[in-house]
Amino acid sequence: MTLASASTEIAVPRRGGRGARRFARHRLALVGSCTILFLIIASALGPYINPYDDLHIDILHRFQPPFVGLHLLGTDQLGRDMLARLEMAGRISLTVGFSAMALSIAFGTIIGVVAGFYGGILGAVLMRLVDAVLCFPSIFLLLALAAFVEPTLLSITVIIAATAWMEVARLVEAQIRALRDRDFAVAAVALGASDRMIMFRELIPNAIAAVIVAATLNVARAILLESYISFLGYGIQPPIPSWGNMLNNAQEYLVSAPWLAIIPGAAITLAVTGFNFLGDGLRDALDPRLDVR
Amino acid sequence: MSLYLIRRVGQSLVLLLLVSAIGFALIHLAPGGPLAQFTLTPGMTSADLARIAHQMGLDRPLPIQYWEWFRRLLVGDWGLSYRDNQPVLAVIGSHVPATLELMITSTLVAVLLGTWIGVLGALRRYSVFDYLATVGAMVALSLPTFWFGLVVIYAFSVKLAWLPAGGLYTIGDGSFLDYLHHLIGPALVLALVTVAIWSRYMRSSMLEVTNQDFVRTAIAKGLPRRVVIIRHALRNALLPMITLAGLQLPTLLGGALVTETIFTWPGMGRLFLDSIGYRDYPVVMGLLMFTALLVLLGNLAADMLYAVYDPRIRID
Repeated sequence: MTLASASTEIAVPRRGGRGARRFARHRLALVGSCTILFLIIASALGPYINPYDDLHIDILHRFQPPFVGLHLLGTDQLGRDMLARLEMAGRISLTVGFSAMALSIAFGTIIGVVAGFYGGILGAVLMRLVDAVLCFPSIFLLLALAAFVEPTLLSITVIIAATAWMEVARLVEAQIRALRDRDFAVAAVALGASDRMIMFRELIPNAIAAVIVAATLNVARAILLESYISFLGYGIQPPIPSWGNMLNNAQEYLVSAPWLAIIPGAAITLAVTGFNFLGDGLRDALDPRLDVR
Repeated sequence: MSLYLIRRVGQSLVLLLLVSAIGFALIHLAPGGPLAQFTLTPGMTSADLARIAHQMGLDRPLPIQYWEWFRRLLVGDWGLSYRDNQPVLAVIGSHVPATLELMITSTLVAVLLGTWIGVLGALRRYSVFDYLATVGAMVALSLPTFWFGLVVIYAFSVKLAWLPAGGLYTIGDGSFLDYLHHLIGPALVLALVTVAIWSRYMRSSMLEVTNQDFVRTAIAKGLPRRVVIIRHALRNALLPMITLAGLQLPTLLGGALVTETIFTWPGMGRLFLDSIGYRDYPVVMGLLMFTALLVLLGNLAADMLYAVYDPRIRID
């Protein structure tokens, strides 16, 4: 690992490198989308194909290891089929992920557009509020909120969104502030368009690339956050399965039945990695200027 | 310089007010509000509750209540824990060292490893190493930390028996080496995410610096590559990392919470979860405020350090 071998690249970046990198990213995005599609289809259709019911308790066949018996991914401490549980949990986890994303994007975009468009004191107050909420580590904030509310699907989704809208607001505010003074926006003002018209018809469509990237990354984040709090017991409550709460008792059986911990975690990792790959690829494809890394 | 610092401190004070307002709002959102602790006491009548509410000033206008609360926050009177009636700040204080040790160790590992990966990735852009580092960082950022902790425990504690499965030290041992042995697992798990972020930013920072004129000049005047890379490029590429270190604090604190849970590490994260379990709201709220203040101060400190090391920033 000598540093000297890299000498030519300091002065002259290799030709076509950017293209190669883009292609690589694109391939990753493809892998990401395929993973996501696979998880969605498996969760949606799997339960109709799988002969086992996710709630069927079979004490005689508990702790069956995966890949050996009739149960493809084995059974848990109550003899429930892991694959069936994984599929049902996938429905919940993906739904929560998408819904929390939609909520956080909607709220963050509205705050960002209003702050960026009006600017001045209103904009400053809104953006300082965003800064203030960002001071709270999201997992701490999320757990504190989770401790305050009755854990239902809806409330968990809402509080996850409540800890994930700030970056979106920041991003959109910066975009709108830059777009506000461009000719097309000024022209719309000159034509007498209303503020709402300018914001939602002129400005947001032009900032949509950044929002789509943020949305993709926010699904990953929401799935991750849901799994954290569900794992800790403050998120989605059993018997409703989620990838996070399937790991609830896994630590207990880590020695005797490690697959109980490994399989749901792998599902979470697959989903989150898929969305992150896709988001990164989209960032390259939709708006190269956003490629800060 | 001083003008920049004064403005930056001013911004932090505004932020402090807003952070405290959010904290205050959350306390009143909590079930039962600040009175919750007394409603659990047996034999409590609503007249008693009203009297206590009056004594606590809960019947006064909200702005005055907020001001009172904020004043007590500043002087360190953060209330008493429901669990053992200890002052909240003392309870938190006793859990800070464990978390700090974990965070400092993992940050050291992450900075060393992340800088190395980032610099190498930038110098050999688009090489196999760079590609693997990019993909690896994204996968690392996607791993649920708690699950990765379980996998580490399974692999290194259960299967290989190299590392203890948790705790701060072995009861009856407690030597420095034993303590270090217990630190390895949680520190590495916590370092994973930080390494990923650090290496990504290091890579782009290094790329930016190596494209600048002074680096080309240094190469052109015939300085050895190693000197150019380390003395000229790396030193400048590390500067923005000071800000990143500040910005990373929330992630690091959140990661510490999760890691502490898995490895039964008696730090702030563990305390936070236990307090939620016991519905010990003063400690929960205290920790929430404490971590937010830590992040606020961390960012301020990072910006100040940056201004000290990089004179260019002071002109803005």
